[in-house]
Amino acid sequence: MNENLLTLKGVHTHIGAYHILHGVDLAVPRGQLTMLLGRNGAGKTTTLRTIMGLWRASQGSIEFNGWEITDMPTPQIASMNVAYVPENMGIFADLTVKENMLLAARWARTIKQVDEERLKWIFSLFPAVEKFWNHPAGKLSGGQKQMLAVSRAIVEPRELLIVDEPSKGLAPAIINNMIDAFAQLKASGVTILLVEQNINFAKRLGDTVAVMDNGVVVHAGSMKELAEDEALQQSLLGLAI
Amino acid sequence: MKDVDWKPLALVPLLALLVFPFIGSGSTWLTLTVAGLAMGMIIFVIASGLTLVFGLMDVLNFGHGVFIALGAFVATSVLGSMGDYTSSQSLWQNMLAVVPAMVIAMLVTGAVGLAFERFIVRPVYGNHLKQILITMGGMIIGEELIKVIWGPLQIPLPLPEGMRGSLWLGDASIEKYRVIAFIVGSAVFGVLLWVLTRTKIGLLIRAGVQDREMVESLGYRIRLLFIGVFVVGSALAGLGGVMWGLYQQNVVPQMGAQVNVLIFIVLIIGGLGSTTGALIGALLVGLMANYTGFLVPKAALFSNIALMMAILLWRPQGVYALSK
Repeated sequence: MNENLLTLKGVHTHIGAYHILHGVDLAVPRGQLTMLLGRNGAGKTTTLRTIMGLWRASQGSIEFNGWEITDMPTPQIASMNVAYVPENMGIFADLTVKENMLLAARWARTIKQVDEERLKWIFSLFPAVEKFWNHPAGKLSGGQKQMLAVSRAIVEPRELLIVDEPSKGLAPAIINNMIDAFAQLKASGVTILLVEQNINFAKRLGDTVAVMDNGVVVHAGSMKELAEDEALQQSLLGLAI
Repeated sequence: MKDVDWKPLALVPLLALLVFPFIGSGSTWLTLTVAGLAMGMIIFVIASGLTLVFGLMDVLNFGHGVFIALGAFVATSVLGSMGDYTSSQSLWQNMLAVVPAMVIAMLVTGAVGLAFERFIVRPVYGNHLKQILITMGGMIIGEELIKVIWGPLQIPLPLPEGMRGSLWLGDASIEKYRVIAFIVGSAVFGVLLWVLTRTKIGLLIRAGVQDREMVESLGYRIRLLFIGVFVVGSALAGLGGVMWGLYQQNVVPQMGAQVNVLIFIVLIIGGLGSTTGALIGALLVGLMANYTGFLVPKAALFSNIALMMAILLWRPQGVYALSK
């Protein structure tokens, strides 16, 4: 079995007339949490959306679990047990929390068909999801919506969880709660690819790291090494962790 | 139910109560109100599919009217061949003709809708200007094909004998067919509401109307869902066409284009993509048309435009704007 669950080789992405990704090479090791860091506009979100097939790679290849997924439609990629939490969280505001969760459980027609033990585990990670179970998701606070978005992504067992900036706009207490939840998710064995701007978040959770700039990965290695090398941090991110 | 926005639901009784003093006579008011509600229900049946088509895939289908006309013309053929049943005084005998006419009209318009989506709508996804032009073109071609099959002239579509006449409620005369139209429209709304709120397919449609990209990211093929909604929407337009034809008691190939304007007013009032909004919009339009037709006939033509403007000043996205 390949030690990398997801591999991107020389991926280019164009959006309209704009050339955003200029040959991204990225490896996401199985069972680990990989942080994707970089300045605003470096191409992190575009990389995630290209992996999900929401934007098409114009060149290069994306391999997931031994399968070439570069040209696969998004629903087919998702059905390979890949969950995606976009930057805007993708919450269906007019549906209740329960309905949002039911949608993500693809083979369940009613909430009773969703794995009860797994739901209990999710409620233990994010108590707000249980508390606001029958409330419209649009009425939740930003932090609660983020919890719902992550809960929805893991309502069924996943091979790969892709999350775009889960700490964005959240209060420090909620961020700590989120870090604990991701740590538990990591411990459960799920592979996670996480885009993050919050360096503390990255430092506490990341096993491996890739840093992007101008549409390419300019550094890849262990998170621990980057966290300990102040000069490297300055050169890659323009700040020290 | 505490999260339900009740204000738009109050608009229909509010409008009915507001005009009461101007009409004066209680029986006339009741007759006009029932007529308005029946007309509104027919418009709702026609518009319900279109609002979901727009909400789900952002597709502006200006060719929806052709399904109305096609449904009505199919009904003329079916009912014309069932004279024994339509001429009977028994309502049940009449239903043995009208129900098959409605089912056949829905099957035909649903099948034509499938082809319309594949060959006319699908090539222009994501381009509103092309959608407007090509779907209007599709409607013109559809109208011409109807003329080829049924001829260019108006065809009578008389009500079956048992559906004619009125019921009397005190001094108020209420046409039997309007009551039937109201019941059929309510049943369609009930079924749609049940599907949308109680089934997984309905959940997917509601989610897709809000964020189709996220629905795809959850592993669902929204294109298939859209085709299904388009076909059902076309079939409902066909059913609405039968009801509208019987309401007018005649059909012309241009009837779809005539009703199209009302449908778009309904969708804009209701909030694009909202089924409950479409119902409220349709009832308001039906009531307004009947009240102004009685009170200020010269204003009847633009009264619904004025209604739409007033609603948009209150809620610019329509009465039930969806979170996108």
